[in-house]
Amino acid sequence: MRATLLYFPGCALKDQAKNYERATLSALATLGYEVKELPRWNCCGTVYSLAQDDLMRHVGPVRNLIRAQELGETRVLTLCAMCYNTLSRSALFVQNPENLRRINAFMDDEEDYQGGVRVVHLAQLLLEEIGEEKLSQAVVKPLSGLRFGAYYGCTLLRPKEVAVDHPDRPEVLERIIAALGAEAVAFPERTECCGAYLTVTRPDIVRERVSEILLSAGRAGAQALLTSCPLCKFNLEERRPLGAPKIPVFYLGEALAWALGIEEIPEELRKSLAGVMR
Amino acid sequence: MAGELRLSRETLEAPFVKKVEELSGQNPYACYQCGKCSAGCLFAEHMDFLPNQVLRLVQLGDEAVLWAKAPWVCAACLACAVRCPKGVDIARVMEALRQIALRRGVQPVEFKVDRPYPQIALVGAYRKVTP
Repeated sequence: MRATLLYFPGCALKDQAKNYERATLSALATLGYEVKELPRWNCCGTVYSLAQDDLMRHVGPVRNLIRAQELGETRVLTLCAMCYNTLSRSALFVQNPENLRRINAFMDDEEDYQGGVRVVHLAQLLLEEIGEEKLSQAVVKPLSGLRFGAYYGCTLLRPKEVAVDHPDRPEVLERIIAALGAEAVAFPERTECCGAYLTVTRPDIVRERVSEILLSAGRAGAQALLTSCPLCKFNLEERRPLGAPKIPVFYLGEALAWALGIEEIPEELRKSLAGVMR
Repeated sequence: MAGELRLSRETLEAPFVKKVEELSGQNPYACYQCGKCSAGCLFAEHMDFLPNQVLRLVQLGDEAVLWAKAPWVCAACLACAVRCPKGVDIARVMEALRQIALRRGVQPVEFKVDRPYPQIALVGAYRKVTP
């Protein structure tokens, strides 16, 4: 029997990260999931408001949780790290009964949110539900010979209430990379911020950050970076200063699709694969 | 801000500190100035005041901190928040300062949108630097 899985895409997965969506959804189908897109989803809000009086900014995320509740679902999958962060933090916010009461009073046009919808990121699904064993058994084209740097960025790890792993010593992405047959190289900048939205207001700072991250990954011997954040990917590619290592950046779901034999491994990586191509 | 330091009950108990406390949900007086936030801050070198100094100015009730560049350089990456030994979420204090400044109109951040950006970048930036 195929397990159904409700999926929240968010803006990037329908635009600059279409390849992430395509690759991941095919891979999840191969792994036995029937993925269903959340109907009438709206923007997650991108950045979580840190101010105490910004009730309005929870309306968008909570509406998405209500969409899941309407279908009788108790969890929703995100691929984008930023969507994961804002949605799961809002889900935490309304665990407080007073916050829940206020947000429900704020929204006349929706049924009341009852709480209880869990937001799950792809990395959590792969490790906690599918597991490394089943994942590696599903691999038909092991990525052996490839050395990936897992770039977590901020939103998968901070704040710790929603972290998918230890905020300073994470290993979930490395474990997934290993299950796909590749080597994960650790590099100090893997959990450090790329500058995020400062790319609009202070591109100079983001260029410096990107340079540091790429140098760090390069020194550790990473041939490519894997991420699940479309904003990190944008910055790492578009804000790379001249002279910084040209390390290609791919989405986690793309590597998954390569290993499961669903999508072709890019030419630039194929030459590093161990042995003869199967 | 610089130069002579004046301490008085008026500034220490000023509505400004109360406002930052309420908006951030943090107790600025919990900070004992160890500097761990600034040591790990990736953006500190671009700030006019280090994160711990921003917090110190808030403790002293110095409203001049509203004109500081530091909160606008903070990318809310939360590295400081997960590391603070006193559990002060400094990123929330920065957000409170941005909000007070934006609501009072004291510091409009000037920038040009000079190229196409993905939605994720624009929405994020506008949510942080516009009222």
